[in-house]
Amino acid sequence: MSAAVIEVAGLSVDLGGERIVSAIDFEVEPGWFVAVVGPNGAGKSTLMRSIYRAVTPSSGSIDLEGTPIARVTSRELALKMAVVTQERGGDFDFTVGEVVAMGRIPHCSGWGSLAEADHQIIHRALDDVGVAGLIERRFTTLSGGEKQRVLLARALAQQPRYLLLDEPMNHLDIRYQLEMIEFVGRLGVTVIAALHDLNLAAQHADRALMVADGRVHSFGPPHEVFDATSLQQVFGVRATPVVHPMTERLQLLFDLVDRESP
Amino acid sequence: MTSAGITAPQRRFIGPSASILPLEALLVVVLVVSIPMAVAVGAADIAVGSVVEVFYSALSGQPAAQLTTGTVSIVWEIRLPRVLLACIVGAGLASVGTVMQALVRNPLADPYILGVSSGASVGAAAVIMFNAFGLRALFGTWAISAAGFAGASVAMVLVYTIARGQLGLSPTRLILGGVAASYIFAAITSLLIFLGDPRAASSVMFWLLGGLGRAQWSALLIPTAVLVTAGVYFVIRAPWLNALALGDDTARTVGIDLGRFRMLLFVLCSLLTGVMVAISGAIGFVGLIMPHFARLIVGADHRRVLMISLPAGALFLVWADAVARTVVAPQVLPVGVITALVGGPLFIALLIGRTRAAVR
Repeated sequence: MSAAVIEVAGLSVDLGGERIVSAIDFEVEPGWFVAVVGPNGAGKSTLMRSIYRAVTPSSGSIDLEGTPIARVTSRELALKMAVVTQERGGDFDFTVGEVVAMGRIPHCSGWGSLAEADHQIIHRALDDVGVAGLIERRFTTLSGGEKQRVLLARALAQQPRYLLLDEPMNHLDIRYQLEMIEFVGRLGVTVIAALHDLNLAAQHADRALMVADGRVHSFGPPHEVFDATSLQQVFGVRATPVVHPMTERLQLLFDLVDRESP
Repeated sequence: MTSAGITAPQRRFIGPSASILPLEALLVVVLVVSIPMAVAVGAADIAVGSVVEVFYSALSGQPAAQLTTGTVSIVWEIRLPRVLLACIVGAGLASVGTVMQALVRNPLADPYILGVSSGASVGAAAVIMFNAFGLRALFGTWAISAAGFAGASVAMVLVYTIARGQLGLSPTRLILGGVAASYIFAAITSLLIFLGDPRAASSVMFWLLGGLGRAQWSALLIPTAVLVTAGVYFVIRAPWLNALALGDDTARTVGIDLGRFRMLLFVLCSLLTGVMVAISGAIGFVGLIMPHFARLIVGADHRRVLMISLPAGALFLVWADAVARTVVAPQVLPVGVITALVGGPLFIALLIGRTRAAVR
C-alpha cells in the first residue's frame, strides 16, 4: 500500500506541438519537501503548472490524495493546494494586504467579505514571512524580494496542505533564501518546489526530482540524486560533493567540465 | 487608560485606510440632487422648482395646478427619461470599463477603445437600416439590443483572440487590435448606412455619435435590467476580479474556475455594451475615465472601484448630456462629442504617464 498523497504517473505535456514534459512518474509522501531541479528549459515550470492545472496534460494522470486533480473543482483544489507562481502582478495598484487577501478567496462564500478570522490569518501570514509592516504598501512599489515574500504570504493565507513553489528564491537575498526555505520546511506541509540552487535543494529537500529534457533523470534523496556523474550529464558541470565543516550537510562545489584541474 | 489597549480590536483593514462610505454617500446625494437640476436644463427654460413640483404630482397623483400641460409633458415625458437614461448608461459604461480592464489586465481598456462599441454599432445599425435578419419582427424593441449584443460579442472575442499570443495577453496587441477592429467595424457600419435608406441615414449617423435622444420610459426597461443584473454580479465577484487582474495563474490557484468566469464576464460585458450602444450609440471614454478616477481615490480593489465608478459614471453622463443640450441650444450636440472631448485628452495623458513610468 502506498502512503503517497501526490501521484504523478506517465505525465506528458505538449505545448505548441512540442513535447515539453515526457512520461514523468513520481510519488510524494505526506510532509515531504520535494525539490524539482534541472537546467533551464528542462520542463520544471511546465511540470509545476500541470500539477496546479494551469496546463492540461496530453496524457498521464496526477492524483491528489487518491483523486485525479482533473476531477476536483477549482475551489476544492485551492483549499488543499496553494501556489507561488512566477506571476508578479500587473498594472493594478493593489495594496499588500489586498494581495494577501486573495488567498482567502477559496474560503469565502456569498459576498466574499472577509471576517475577523480572515483578517487575523492575513496578518499572521504577513508576520510569518517577516513583512507585516508592508501591509498598507502598494504591491507594485515593492522590491522583487519583498514581492516574493508577499506572494508566499498569500499562499500561506490559503492555509494549504500542499504548497507548490515555482522558483520561489528568485530575487531573494541569500539571507532571505535561507530563512524562507527553513521556514517552509518547518511549516509541516507537503512542498514541491522548483529550485535553481542545487545546494539549497541538497540541504533542505527530502527528495530531489532531477528533470532533463522533459524526463525524470533521477528521483530520490538529494545525496543520491546529486552524484557527480548525473550532475555532469544533466547540467554539464563538474560537481565536487563536500561536507560542510559547520553544519555537516552535503555541499556541492561546481566548476566547468572542460577546465583542467590545477 | 491602558485597559483600552487590551480590549482594542486588532486593526482590521487591509486596503487603503479611508472608508469609501462618505464619498459614496456624497456621490449618491449629488446624483439625486442633479437629476431635477439636469431636467430643468434645456432649450425650454423650466425652473427647478417646477420640476420638483411635476415629480411630486406624478408620485402623489395630485395634479400640478400651477403648470401648463406642455411643461409637465416636457419634464415627465421627455427630459426625465433622458436624464434617467444618462444615469443608467453612465453607470453601465463605467461598470463595463472597470470589468474589461480587469479582464484584459490593462487599465487603458474600455469598450470604445477596444472596438467593442463599434461591433455593437454594426449589429444595431444593421437592424435599424435594413431590419436585418427579420429580427425586428421576431423581437420587436428587443431586436436592436439583441443585435448590439451579438455585434459586441463578436468584437470582444475577436480583439481578445488577437491580443492573446503564446505568452499571454500583450498590452500593445490589445490596443492595436482594438484600433484595427474599430476601423473595420466602423467601415462596415458606414457601408450599411451608405447602402441603406437615405432618410434613415441621418438619424443613424446622429445616433452613432452617441446621444440620448431616443430616451423614453419604455426604452429604460432593458438597459436597467441588464445594468442591475451585471452590476450585482460584478460587485459580488469583485474579489475574483482582483485575482484575475493579477494574472491567470493567480486566479486559478485561488480557486476560480477561470474558463467559466471569463466566459461569464465576456457575456455580461458584451450584453452591457450591446444594450447601451443600442439605446444611446457609442459614447466613448466614460468606461475608461470613471474606473481611473475611482482607483485614484480608493485604490485597486474592485468592489471599492465599482461602488465609486458606477455613481460617478452616472453623474458624469447626466451633466455631459446637460452640457450637450445647452451649448448650442436649441440644437442638441451628441453627448459622445462631449465625452470624447473630455476623455480623449485624458486618455493621451494617461498613456504618456504610463510610458514615462515604464521607462523609469
